[in-house]
Amino acid sequence: MSIGHTLLGLLESGPRHGYDLKRAFDEKFGHDRPLHYGQVYSTMSRLLKNGLVEVDGVEAGGGPERKRYAITEAGITDVEAWLKQPEKPEPYLQSTLYTKVVLALLTGRSAGDLLDTQRAEHLRLMRILTDRKRRGDLSDQLICDHALFHLEADLRWLELTAARLDQLATEVRA
Amino acid sequence: MTPAGSLLLAKDLRKSYGSTPALDGAEFSIHPGEVVAVMGPSGSGKSTLLHCLAGIVTPDSGSILYNGRELSSMKDAERSALRRSEFGFVFQFGQLVPELTCTENVALPLRLTGVRRKEAERTALSWMERLEVEDLGNKRPGEVSGGQGQRVAVARSLVTSPRVVFADEPTGALDSLNGERVMQLLTEAARSTNAAVVLVTHEARVAAYSDREVVVRDGKSRDMMLEHSV
Repeated sequence: MSIGHTLLGLLESGPRHGYDLKRAFDEKFGHDRPLHYGQVYSTMSRLLKNGLVEVDGVEAGGGPERKRYAITEAGITDVEAWLKQPEKPEPYLQSTLYTKVVLALLTGRSAGDLLDTQRAEHLRLMRILTDRKRRGDLSDQLICDHALFHLEADLRWLELTAARLDQLATEVRA
Repeated sequence: MTPAGSLLLAKDLRKSYGSTPALDGAEFSIHPGEVVAVMGPSGSGKSTLLHCLAGIVTPDSGSILYNGRELSSMKDAERSALRRSEFGFVFQFGQLVPELTCTENVALPLRLTGVRRKEAERTALSWMERLEVEDLGNKRPGEVSGGQGQRVAVARSLVTSPRVVFADEPTGALDSLNGERVMQLLTEAARSTNAAVVLVTHEARVAAYSDREVVVRDGKSRDMMLEHSV
């Protein structure tokens, strides 16, 4: 995820301090991976240097100075361009699981057991996500659904591969 | 948990239809309040396993203990009584009686066990509230959506407060959102009454509502719970 674009997007609704930006980011997008303060301030200084944000005011308190950032017209254009740009679909062509299955077949180990173990592991994570979804709000549900659909796709591949193990064994051993 | 505490415990089940083996040494166990997903590809024997466990189909050999009693040693009438009062059923297509209203459909299992109409419909309505379909009471199955019909079917499966609910692809005919809601309501209701749920599904996202899974392949199933307890 582009942290710079996300922080810029959050600034579009109005100027904020770095701390508020971090809090807004964590609340909306950082469920499992909250931002470090260092990341926020290094990103903001880069955006400042590139003219995408400006300092809207400085508060001098007991501690360090608190800068309030505002998005510039160039920043708004940048967010707009980012949102319009489609994300590159993940090609999923480098599968560790496929490699493991082939190696198991080549070395005379049970590829079926390997797939069974993997299925159990996928389902374990799917149960955790389903439970989180059940207890969470709509954004939690959408974030978990995204992961659940991907895990489900993996599992379909596991089933299909399990059904073709004999055929695959013949091919890889030829 | 041990097999000794199992509500249903099946070992070495075999069942053939003609020369085609449907089950070839299947095992299964479930405890009260547990939701177990039975997974596997089409034609692997999932539904046959469910039908055997529910006493609908008699296996050629093997053992099924329900609450410590061998199903095969029971008389037909006894097995039927068990299915009416202690087992609940949900199928892929609700299989509601089209001539009856939704409330009458939900009340039907109670009526079949001799409960009076008023009392049966009062209990039915409380289950329909839990499944969020209380407004459909006077409608007939043909007048409600697929998702609503399936919730009515779930309410019907729970109305006798069964000890085991058998659900065969309960969301198979529903879209993702309706399917998830049905699963959520079914598993919550079952857990709150300590009913066990045998959930046959080929969908991983549905199986994720279970506590654990048993995989059937070529008529064979492995129940990790049994293996670990040996």
